[in-house]
Amino acid sequence: MTFNAILYVLLIVGGSALLSWPLGRYLKWAMDPAASAGGGNRWTRAFQAIGGPLTLKQQNWKQYLLALLAFNAVSFTVTVLILALQQYLPLNPDAKGELDPSLIFNTAVSFVTNTNLQHYSGEVAMSYASQLGALMWQQFVSAATGIAALAAMARGLAGRTNMGNFFVDLQRATFLILLPLAILVAILLVFGGMPMTLQGSAIATTLEGIQQTIARGPVAAFTAIKQLGTNGGGFFGPNSTQPFENPTFWTNVLEAIAITIIPMACVWMFGRIVGKMRHAGIVFVVMAVLMLTRIGFAVWFEQTPTEAFNTLPIAQNVGNLEGKELRFGAAAGPVWAVLTTSTSNGSVNAMLDSLNPLTGLMPMIGMWLNEDFGGVGVGFINMFVYIVLAVFLAGMMVGRTPEYLGRRIEAYEVKLAVIATLSHSFLILGLAALFAATPWGTAVLNNVGAHGFSEILYEFSSSSANNGSGFEGINDTIFTVPWNIATGLVMMLSRFIPIILPLAIAGSLAAKRPAAESAGTLGTESGTFGVMLLVTIVILGALTFFPAAALGPIAEHFQFYH
Amino acid sequence: MPSTEHNAPSLLDGSIIGPAIIGAFTKLDPRALVRNPVMFVTAVGAVLTTIGIVTADGDRGFIFQLALWLWFTVLFANFAEAVAEGRGKAQAESLRRARRETTARRLVNGREEQVAATLLQKGDTVVCEVGDIIPADGEVIEGIASVNEAAITGESAPVIREAGGDRSAVTGGTTVISDRIVVRVTMERGAGFLDRMIAMVEGARRQKTPNEIALTILLSAFTLIFLLVCVTLWPFGFYAGTSFSVPVLIALLVCLIPTTIGGLLSAIGISGIDRLIRRNVMATSGRAVEAAGDVDVLLLDKTGTITLGNRMATEFHPAPGVAAERLADAAQLASLADETPEGRSIVVLAKEKFNLRGREVAEPHAVFVPFTAQTRMSGVDFPALADQPARSIRKGASDTIKAMVERLGGQFPEAVTRSVDEVARSGGTPLVVVEGREVLGVVQLKDVVKGGIKDRFAQLRQMGIRTVMITGDNPLTAASIAAEAGVDDFMAEATPEMKLELIRREQAGGHLVAMTGDGTNDAPALAQADVGVAMNTGTQAAREAGNMVDLDSNPTKLMEIVEIGKQLIMTRGALTTFSIGNDVAKYFAILPAMFAAVYAADGATNGPLSALNIMALASPQSAILSAVIFNALIIVVLIPIALRGVAYRAIGAAALLRRNLLIYGLGGVVAPFIGIKLIDLILSALHLV
Repeated sequence: MTFNAILYVLLIVGGSALLSWPLGRYLKWAMDPAASAGGGNRWTRAFQAIGGPLTLKQQNWKQYLLALLAFNAVSFTVTVLILALQQYLPLNPDAKGELDPSLIFNTAVSFVTNTNLQHYSGEVAMSYASQLGALMWQQFVSAATGIAALAAMARGLAGRTNMGNFFVDLQRATFLILLPLAILVAILLVFGGMPMTLQGSAIATTLEGIQQTIARGPVAAFTAIKQLGTNGGGFFGPNSTQPFENPTFWTNVLEAIAITIIPMACVWMFGRIVGKMRHAGIVFVVMAVLMLTRIGFAVWFEQTPTEAFNTLPIAQNVGNLEGKELRFGAAAGPVWAVLTTSTSNGSVNAMLDSLNPLTGLMPMIGMWLNEDFGGVGVGFINMFVYIVLAVFLAGMMVGRTPEYLGRRIEAYEVKLAVIATLSHSFLILGLAALFAATPWGTAVLNNVGAHGFSEILYEFSSSSANNGSGFEGINDTIFTVPWNIATGLVMMLSRFIPIILPLAIAGSLAAKRPAAESAGTLGTESGTFGVMLLVTIVILGALTFFPAAALGPIAEHFQFYH
Repeated sequence: MPSTEHNAPSLLDGSIIGPAIIGAFTKLDPRALVRNPVMFVTAVGAVLTTIGIVTADGDRGFIFQLALWLWFTVLFANFAEAVAEGRGKAQAESLRRARRETTARRLVNGREEQVAATLLQKGDTVVCEVGDIIPADGEVIEGIASVNEAAITGESAPVIREAGGDRSAVTGGTTVISDRIVVRVTMERGAGFLDRMIAMVEGARRQKTPNEIALTILLSAFTLIFLLVCVTLWPFGFYAGTSFSVPVLIALLVCLIPTTIGGLLSAIGISGIDRLIRRNVMATSGRAVEAAGDVDVLLLDKTGTITLGNRMATEFHPAPGVAAERLADAAQLASLADETPEGRSIVVLAKEKFNLRGREVAEPHAVFVPFTAQTRMSGVDFPALADQPARSIRKGASDTIKAMVERLGGQFPEAVTRSVDEVARSGGTPLVVVEGREVLGVVQLKDVVKGGIKDRFAQLRQMGIRTVMITGDNPLTAASIAAEAGVDDFMAEATPEMKLELIRREQAGGHLVAMTGDGTNDAPALAQADVGVAMNTGTQAAREAGNMVDLDSNPTKLMEIVEIGKQLIMTRGALTTFSIGNDVAKYFAILPAMFAAVYAADGATNGPLSALNIMALASPQSAILSAVIFNALIIVVLIPIALRGVAYRAIGAAALLRRNLLIYGLGGVVAPFIGIKLIDLILSALHLV
């Protein structure tokens, strides 16, 4: 059991890590072609031809941000329109009806922000036009937005005051990275037995002679980008627990690798753009340590059967199987839960609500920290905020004005970095507090006590981390207007504040005179720095969220296991 | 550090502690507190808890003790700042005594008039004679005088101040002890050197430095995060069916926000400047002290910093067939009347090497031939006596001596030419000694590198600081001294323009440059350098241009200044890390206490979260109180570290980080577990809760 679990983790994490190295090299080539490289520039010219005059100008950080925000605003509007009009649009073989306005707002924000929090069940509520035109389209461009933002930030930190052109970067990320990879993964998934069709639901007559409606659709296409773009929004309500969305052990492995591979490759891309591969390596290791630690704990906690067995005279030694897909086993659920929350993906292959209490804490920690490896592009951007704070503390401890990649971290940068950190904590704790103390939250809970608290905390953690997974204790179908609006606002703020502020920091650093490195400079390429970064993240995260964790999963754990 | 601190008062000096205790209370003024967000929040918490003694329906004795210790937290922080200021004030007092009201003798159209020093304007000229106190900072424009600058430097030996040249600056408050000078006032009243010194040491007009501002922002952010944590606990408790009392939430908040570093921050800044002043260095701003910590290139003048001031004889190279002792003897005789340091060093070397005593200089018949620009040699002549023939000994540069020897028909041996070349190549100055027309050999004069300087440079290199030697010597000599002293680079035949150019080039390469200078022509370079240390003996222009003045005029001090700057920032970093590390233990003290009854089964007093009480603290109240007491006392415990600064080691950044992370990071996590447990044991033993 344990041996199998270790093998399984090695296969997925090790496999992604290995594959991320060549992919990172490719990402650098695609996103930031060297001036001399012919291939990259041909694509750049092609994208400029497609995109027109907007794509020709080199943008500074403010212009780049403006372009990014404008594009997302337009995307949001288009998505809202498609969702609102789905009953009139084609590609609606099952004649799906009108959606609630607050749900449209929530869903549009959710997909624009790469969150894919779903307060609906896809196969019940969404037409194929909505699934493909509004949602899958967003799964591409929202992920591309993240990669573009990281490329721009890296260019700034490499000292370039021109951060590139957002519209070119967006096309690069979409057409050179996400689309080819998605096609490849989708084909593999189809081979693995996943449906891919635009026909309506199948009507089958069962052996009992009953007619059964079996939902299907362009699942493989949707699922590939769902995982690759750290989107996580399922085609079906039960997400990757549903056999059509995750048929076999091997599709499970493939999907898990697809979840982590681009966020991992983003670290290498950053290293290549700023020309500091050793630094990128240290950050990669820190991220990997954080992720593996949580996977380790999650799998370990999940070896114990669920608390219902506590009082039964049964010896159960295959771990907690409640809410698990038997074709994957007890270990695959927690591993996936950690991977999907590490990377802001949010897809699930087990019911998180049924995890043992402390196992359930692990995905929450992933979303609180939200940077190992984080969402595509934005994961490293979140990490950058922690790096700024760690560099500041460590820099002072070696007796110098702190600097990162040769540029001084001063009051302005610290201010923006702490606002970014604060906003994430505030949106989780503040909103969880609001909903825990009012009927808005308590009225829709399936559970009371510590577990119910975990459900509320989880929902806002998931929104603020742009993750999108649900603890699923709060029923999707009874999510009320306050939930839709509150989580919608949280997703929006938590998406754009942590893009705007780090880009502003990078813009400010790019304009500074680079300082020469010496033996007295704090090296960001040493193991010591890695430890400093790790400690900063863990302590800051622990201090912020420990009380809430204590009242949720930890209390629940001690209630059942004395 | 090599130079000892001057007049550093002990940390427990009664004359400072007394006023500091009073200061701790006067600093409770909200207008002063608001400057420090962390302590302001603490003070607000203390006020609310004090109100809670009356209004709360819980255990009043417990809330009273909480309020008491919260006030102590604020007072201890104020006390730390007051102690730091007190140490500076003591210094300021002695300075202020020097500034007592004086009358100036102003020259108006050639006539003297008496005027109060306070009324002097920039550009006025004043006369100062024996016994007069110089009324303001200025420049000597006429005359020469010896001046007692003890009021500023603490050095009682008078210094010479004269018009023109590099020693023309005088400082208000110093006393003329001989002769008469005319001084042009260069500073408005209140902006003078003494005024700036007083302002700096008192910390009255202390502005926050860039790093301090950035850190304050970080600390404010931590305060906000913990405010968020504590405020949201209340509705969380509501959900869980528990009501947390306000005083307990405040106790948690105050324990979590970084009160340790917040309380000590200004003390650290003040004492950093104080440490400079104790080494007799005046910084014009705290910013300069911080910049000193960032410096990674030091421009050091060769003379006085790297080498002792003068060339010294270090070796005798006798010509073939001449005994070394004879060469030494002749060289010594030729130098007996030579009062230059070089001449004296030859006498000393001969004595050391061959035990040759300086004979009676008054050998009756000896005629000393002094050095002149025409002959370019010096020496001694002995007339012929009964027992010995006439002798004529000369020493001088090899080309002059060679010309003379050849004129006298003598031979200049090939071997001596080789010795001369060798000495020159190794950076020394060869002096050839002849007796009559017989060449005796070569005396090697050399710049003597200060003892221990090489190790010092090696240390600097480990700190990541590159040293560049500046010298007017030719490149050959410069290279050899540079190699001997172990500097990283040198600039030979340097001119002030080249210095300025070098600084600009280094800065363009991303380096921060520190230098020392004294002459007026150093002023542009001093102004351009990130840290420019002017020598107090220097001109007013140099003192104005730099951002620090070394009252001892000791260029070596640049290295100590860098260390003080680093130490200042390091102390902040270390105590911040310590402060944040402390929070882990405080959570494990307070949260189990607060959450003890949460989700408790019907009838049970202890809920599931009592399991978090891993320190096994006696009761919820004693746990909370212990954490608050620890939080207050740790400020007092750390005051000495804040005032002295954390120990700085000249090791690389990575090693330094490892060390500090271990001591202050790990120490910060572990120490409160022990401290809180101990306090809890004492509290329960004394039945205080």
